[in-house]
Amino acid sequence: MNKEAVKELMLKMADDALIYGHRLSEWTGIGPILEEDIAFSSISQDKVGHAWQLYQLLERDFGMPDPDRLGFERKESEYKCSQLNELYTRNYAFALLRHFFMDHAEFIRYSLLRASSYEALAQLAKKVRGEIKYHVLHADTWVKKLGAATEESHSRMQAALNEAFPYALGLFEPGPFEQELIDSGVFIAEEELQAEWLDEIRPIIEESGLQLPSNAEAITGGRSGNHSNDLAALLEEMSEVIRSDPGTSW
Amino acid sequence: MEKSLDPRIARLDIQRSDEHSTPIGKHEYWETYEVFVQSRRGKQHIHAGTVHAPDAEMALVFAKEQFGRRQHCVNMWVVATTDIFAFQYADSDMFDTVPEKLHREPGGYKVRDKIEAYRKKISQEKADKS
Repeated sequence: MNKEAVKELMLKMADDALIYGHRLSEWTGIGPILEEDIAFSSISQDKVGHAWQLYQLLERDFGMPDPDRLGFERKESEYKCSQLNELYTRNYAFALLRHFFMDHAEFIRYSLLRASSYEALAQLAKKVRGEIKYHVLHADTWVKKLGAATEESHSRMQAALNEAFPYALGLFEPGPFEQELIDSGVFIAEEELQAEWLDEIRPIIEESGLQLPSNAEAITGGRSGNHSNDLAALLEEMSEVIRSDPGTSW
Repeated sequence: MEKSLDPRIARLDIQRSDEHSTPIGKHEYWETYEVFVQSRRGKQHIHAGTVHAPDAEMALVFAKEQFGRRQHCVNMWVVATTDIFAFQYADSDMFDTVPEKLHREPGGYKVRDKIEAYRKKISQEKADKS
């Protein structure tokens, strides 16, 4: 097993989960209705939990710093999250479409990882897959409802979809160690993951009366540390407390 | 409007509305659904509470986080509150039992002594055999 390759895979997964989880947590207290507020907050906690477990493995098996240091104290360019997850949450429709695109990708990724040759990651995947199954159900239900409810909800959802989709394609930006991961049986190619993802989301999008853009280009860069302007502001806010007393134990 | 101290509210930039009220439109008023959770397969579903939702499908999605998050759960039901039929509290005297009918309550049976005596007898017989 090529350690650098697995480290790269886990770090991008962990960073995705942390940054996406943080964006979801921004709905706490201001969700459109109480029940949805609770649902998004709870999903957010699940995501930060996944990040924490991945960071723990990175510390234990790859000699990286502890989860607090990794999660809160790196430079912006050291984060490997996709740009989709760091983008400022424009509105609720955008939040739902990001949720829909991201969690379908997560569900397939973790489902496949159950068979990974890296045993600790396979175990983790088995454990969290059920949670992600609910996240997908939550996203699908909203997308189907609002895609087809009224003219206004439909047009808001379609606009959000058009904006989010090129970033969603960026989730599958190939890493530098794809072949090593395939050869050692750790994971499949990101390109294959994207193909499976498109097969999953297409019928749901159609059922919702929405349309996928036909010629979208992936917006990439996040996996190599090139981020949108939104990440810096997010990191500033997210690490505000830990920076207020560096080195303290929590 | 007072500026909120909560940064999440403040950045919403909600403008004060001079209109006193707006009519409630379609999809804005949601029904309630009663939630029943099952802790183990085969056990009964037990009423856990209520959620607001536009339909039963969404009620299940919400119920999972409201009532399945902090307890072990294998299944859930949701039922529209309007589909529940209930007695009036004014009629709750129907459930009162007169003292002469205590034999109909579980505590009314005076069999504990007999069960204890039987258990003792069985264990004594076992001890005698060995």
